Order: sequence, then structure tokens, then C-alpha cells
Amino acid sequence: MLELTKENFQESVLDSKGLVIVDYWSDGCEPCKALMPDVEALASEFEGQVVFAKLNTMKARRLAISQRVLGLPTIILYKDGEKVGEVTKDDANKAGIKNLIEAHI
Amino acid sequence: MSKLYDVIIIGGGPAGLSAGLYAARAKMSTLIIEKDRNGGQIVTTEDVANYPGGIEEETGPSLVARMVEQSDRFGAERIKGKVLDVDMSGDIKIVKCEEATYEAKAVIIATGASPRKIGCPGEKELTGKGVTYCATCDGAFFTDLEVFAIGGGDTAVEEAMFLTKFARKVTIVHRRDELRAAKSIQEKAFNNDKIDFIWNSEVAEIKGDGIVESVVFKNRETGELTEHFAHEDDGTFGIFVFVGYIPQTDLFKGKLEMDKTGYIKTDEEMATAIPGIFAAGDVRQKSLRQVVTAVADGAIAAVQAEKYIDNKFEH
Repeated sequence: MLELTKENFQESVLDSKGLVIVDYWSDGCEPCKALMPDVEALASEFEGQVVFAKLNTMKARRLAISQRVLGLPTIILYKDGEKVGEVTKDDANKAGIKNLIEAHI
Repeated sequence: MSKLYDVIIIGGGPAGLSAGLYAARAKMSTLIIEKDRNGGQIVTTEDVANYPGGIEEETGPSLVARMVEQSDRFGAERIKGKVLDVDMSGDIKIVKCEEATYEAKAVIIATGASPRKIGCPGEKELTGKGVTYCATCDGAFFTDLEVFAIGGGDTAVEEAMFLTKFARKVTIVHRRDELRAAKSIQEKAFNNDKIDFIWNSEVAEIKGDGIVESVVFKNRETGELTEHFAHEDDGTFGIFVFVGYIPQTDLFKGKLEMDKTGYIKTDEEMATAIPGIFAAGDVRQKSLRQVVTAVADGAIAAVQAEKYIDNKFEH
């Protein structure tokens, strides 16, 4: 998975063509860490169709808030740099993320 | 056919991990099925001060990591999976998961509880957008902002104090005129300059366009409604909800006896009315739901499961 930072977010997500999914997580978020293996499995499943990326919000809090992320875990799908869908909290599970991708692929 | 386990434990929180440790140590083949994260609710707790023998600065994750390690060391298997159904009708219990089906001679239900929702308009739509149930997950987003902590029990007051590390101001909103939290916790909260209180009030509605912008409190004595808006410069604030728990027992409705809230009834040996089915931890009807009582339940359930199996299958 692509590691996002404040520096590369614009280029890798907002200026990017096609589908990019961003896993917003943080060091203090245990549910996020539990979800990560599922996201990695989906990254393999959709390789070549969707770019999978993750952003540690501890290091990019303002950036996360600018994307209207105020709760973790949140998974947002971008298409050509525009937010097209998201799942958060209880809905941020493997099935929820898969549905989100399949609705836009 | 799938492998026949001696014991399947549903839930990998303190009760399940303790049951796993005791069961595996008794040389029973043991499988723990956890749907998302090991440790359950306690891993979202920053400070575990009251678990006897805990190390200094114990956190939920640090305590759980040691429990997992200990249960693994004795040979309990752990898998991640969501249980869809448990067939308890025969001598061999069948546990159906999304991706596989497992069989066991005994089942220990340790599914725990999850945070209760307020149930007001706007709560669901704004979850993750200012409304949250997890201070360790989301506290940092509210650095220098205002937050409201809803509830008056131990969790609400302890998490309110944790949130003062980030927030400019934390207001505890409680439906009664005094806190329910332990006295030592209350004292710390009353002495904390950043903590304020709104008494006799509950949340009537949460409003905002994609992000929390205002909240309406209802005074339970006067019926008066007060709307609190985000400061213009802030644009938003946090609503952290700690209004109790609901047991995760939907799977067992109609199969096991429960109290009116949905907690499973057991005897002192953690046995339900169905032979071979035990329950342990927060999911049980009991007076004190803490890590220390969860691990005790897990140990008892495992020992009783072993006795049950010896009597039922080995003679």
C-alpha cells in the first residue's frame, strides 16, 4: 500500500486519475490496526484497478480534517481526485469497503 | 469434515482470552474466534488502573498483548472471523462463520458488549463526523476544539479526562444531577479546570451538514431545549458518547435465556440452560463488568467446559 504524507497527498490522491482508496488511520486507533489486514487483502484483490493508500492522521491531522475525516477508521474512495464515497466506524469493514469499490469500478 | 475441537470460544476479549488460556492449559483443543480486534472494548482504553497486578502505565493494548501471548503460548488457536450462527441443538455444537464452519464439544460465548448509541436524530449521519464512541481513536482530531462527553459513569468521566489532553474544553453532559462514576474518578474530574458540567440533560438532536455544527440538549426537569453551536472559528466540535453498553447477543436470541436488556443468564459456573454452552464476561447478566471479572468468568467457564466434556464424552 502507498504511504501517504502531507507532502504527497495532493499529487497521489487529489491530482491522480482513476480510483484511489485512502485508509485513514492512527497509532492510537486499535480498530484501525485490526482492519488493516483486511484492507491489505483487498489491495491484492483489486490490484491494477484501484490504488490503495493509507494516511496516518497523527502526522496529518489538518489534512484529514480538510477531507472531513473526524473519526477513525474512515476509508474514502476518490475518483479522478474527487471523493465519490466513504465508509466509517462500524461500516468500515471488509464487506463495506468491497461494496464501496464495486459500486464505482 | 472440519476438525472437531473440544472448545470453541466466541470472542477474543479478556474473558475469551482467559478461557482460551485455561482451556488450552488443560490440554483441550481450543479455538478462539474474534470478529475484529483482540481484546475487545478494553483496547480502546488508554489507562487501565484497576487490574490487579497490572504494570505501571498499563494501557488496554499493553494488557491485551500479554493476554494474547499467554493464551498462544499454551496452544489456543486464534482466528479472525464473524460468527453467523451457532447450532446448539446436538451434542456436537456447530459454529458457522462467514468463511468456514467449525465444530466443538462445548462453546463458550464471550462476545461482550458494545457502546450504546444515544438514539437521537443526526447521531447516525454524523458518526465519524464529530460524533464518536472512541476517545483513543478520535481524541486528537479535537485538539484545541471543544468537546462534549455524554454520560456520567466511570467510562464517561475517565474518557473526559483523557480528552482534556487534546481539547480546549470538555463538558460532561449527564442525565442526572450527580455522577455515577467512582468517587476517586469524580474527584479528579471536579479538580480539572478544563472540565465543565451540564446536569439533568440529554442529547435531543445533533445537527450539521456533513460535519457536527450544533447539538440540542434537553433539560429533563424543565423540558427546556438549548442549542449549542460550534464557535465560528472552530467550525465544529466533538460529541463523545459513553452512555453504557449493549450486549452482543443477537445471535442467541430465542436460543438462550436472557434478561430484558439481552444479557445471557448463567449459573455461578457460567453454564447456560443448554448443556455444553457457557457464557463469560460482559455478555453475562452480572453486577460488575470489568476486566478482572471477565477473566475470572473465562477461567471458570473453561474449567466447567472441561468437566462437562469429561462427563459427556469420555465415559
